[in-house]
Amino acid sequence: MQNETRETKKMEIASEAQGTSDKGSYWASNIRLVKWCLVIWALCSFGFGIILRPLLSGIEIGGADLGFWFAQQGSILVFLALIFFYAWRMNALDREHGVDEE
Amino acid sequence: MDQYILNLIFVGATFALYIGIAIWARAGSTSEFYAAGRGVHPVTNGMATAADWMSAASFISMAGLIAFTGYDNSSFLMGWTGGYVLLALLLAPYLRKFGKFTVPEFIGDRFYSPTARMVAVLCLIVASVTYVIGQMTGVGVAFSRFLEVDNSTGLFIGAAVVFAYAVFGGMKGVTYTQVAQYCVLITAYTIPAIFISLQLTGNPIPGLGLFSEYSPGGEASGLYLLEKLDLVVADLGFASYTEHHANTLNMVLFTLSLMIGTAGLPHVIIRFFTVPKVADARWSAGWALVFIALLYLTAPAVGAMARMNIIDTIYNNGVSEEPIEYAARPDWMKNWEVTGLLKFEDKNGDGRIQFYNDKSEAFAAQAAERGWAGSELSVNRDILVLANPEIARLPGWVIALVAAGGLAAALSTAAGLLLAISSSVSHDLFKGQLTPNISEKGELMTARVSMAVAIAVATYLGLNPPGFAAQTVALAFGLAAASIFPALMMGIFSTRINNKGAVAGMTVGLLVTLVYIFLHKGWFFIPGTNTFTDADPLLLSIKSTSFGAVGAMLNFATAYFVSHATEDTPDEIKELVESVRVPRGAGAAAADH
Repeated sequence: MQNETRETKKMEIASEAQGTSDKGSYWASNIRLVKWCLVIWALCSFGFGIILRPLLSGIEIGGADLGFWFAQQGSILVFLALIFFYAWRMNALDREHGVDEE
Repeated sequence: MDQYILNLIFVGATFALYIGIAIWARAGSTSEFYAAGRGVHPVTNGMATAADWMSAASFISMAGLIAFTGYDNSSFLMGWTGGYVLLALLLAPYLRKFGKFTVPEFIGDRFYSPTARMVAVLCLIVASVTYVIGQMTGVGVAFSRFLEVDNSTGLFIGAAVVFAYAVFGGMKGVTYTQVAQYCVLITAYTIPAIFISLQLTGNPIPGLGLFSEYSPGGEASGLYLLEKLDLVVADLGFASYTEHHANTLNMVLFTLSLMIGTAGLPHVIIRFFTVPKVADARWSAGWALVFIALLYLTAPAVGAMARMNIIDTIYNNGVSEEPIEYAARPDWMKNWEVTGLLKFEDKNGDGRIQFYNDKSEAFAAQAAERGWAGSELSVNRDILVLANPEIARLPGWVIALVAAGGLAAALSTAAGLLLAISSSVSHDLFKGQLTPNISEKGELMTARVSMAVAIAVATYLGLNPPGFAAQTVALAFGLAAASIFPALMMGIFSTRINNKGAVAGMTVGLLVTLVYIFLHKGWFFIPGTNTFTDADPLLLSIKSTSFGAVGAMLNFATAYFVSHATEDTPDEIKELVESVRVPRGAGAAAADH
């Protein structure tokens, strides 16, 4: 709970700078964010992990290549980063657009 | 102390712990009993979600499938974690805002149609029952080993325990029991992995040990673990561990099926309905993945190291020398022979255990030259994780801990699924549709009966499962991917998809996927009734486990075309969708009674 109050303050400053806008632009920014996150999601798993693996075969990692690492561990780490980034960015967007829960 | 007694003590102690916590939590706050998760911190909720999520498939089966196949089975790792990205970005916050308790309720309201709700119930039941079959397979393996009986007996005992556990019931709703289950299962998974990683590479973190130098007993070999493994398996005619052999199209679709299925499985989605705020739903998905990743980053190391250890045990003087004699086999082989999941057949009559790839034509000449007449050891993939500490000769308490962890994983998920099945039958189907005036007692009875039916069906099919635990579970994910996920996603991201589109989409997605699976795995999973096999599938190279992704695309396409050919959605539904998209105004979740 303490964390949240601290964050609320930070976001309030952000929302003053941005001003509040309508729901349409809130949804549009959300969709933009989701699209970019999903591009990275697909690139690291289906891309580096499977289809683009031959392109990365030159980069060695502990007895295998970078593609093998992405398929077995790297993609999972990227997924984690993506979810936390999205949660942080969206919770900030909620406040900038004044649609967060009071 | 005798291993059997030690197993009993560990399994008994962990069960006592779960029940103790359930009683303590129940006594503490009866009112919060049904609202498990509300008022619970996202980190705690994430841990409970991870326990709910990681089942026999993740714990018992997955590392074994990776061990015997290598890179090609990376799909399990990417698929079962990548789905959380979809869940966090596309579903969780919106379903939380919607504020109902079950998935069919959302689908029924959004698509303003009791028919849509019924179809969703049907999809949920089909996917969940298939999932339970996979769990029963895992439960059977765990019980047969730890009670030292054959696999079928283990399965029957396991079924009885799961049933009692699920009927005892409410326990499932207590978040702290699940937190305890998570702690047991992650400790049980990690501790043997750390020991083995230290033995083989000297690195205490298994995930890093996987990419470290192979140095058994501290002696440097000058080769990385994975390089050494590739060499050793090649010497026995097996396909290399790190290279890509599988069909690329199938691998992509399989990974995608598992991802979409993750985001479409009701027992996981439900957890996000009850977090305190929309913002917390987003964080919760992240925390759940943190706790899941702890196991998933270790699993590939467990797989590779177990493969190395098995070969080392059998060829104790190196793969170019003759393998060990059957009479001198280690205890773990004897123990697993009892279950019938590990079998030895002395094909060339020399009393030694030849273990190699007898399917490889390139290796046949070499095998003949060595006087080998076929691979003599068959190892069920599902025993690998449980046998792992025995293979590495770890102390007895580690073996007992792993047995407890495997049971925690299988029982928590099986019980959770049975509750999901029974509540949708009694609440959504009977009370919501067939007999709205049913008494509370009657509703409870229906719930119990449906639970008993589900477990009987799952046990019967679990005797001859359509695949190893994780493969059967993968089929369940395909079904969820093809039916539930597209309906939820379109319900949130499109205002145009109407009732007819959603019903048509779900029906087409579910039926086509189900028929494709039945054609390959047998009708209703009854062995021998299949027309095709996954080795030679009907459509291109798409195996039945991967077809969920195709089913999902058909679902999206059907819903789109049917919706655009029929009337627009009513204004109040458009408003509902608009309101779901905005976090402000989310109240507490409410059941539709």
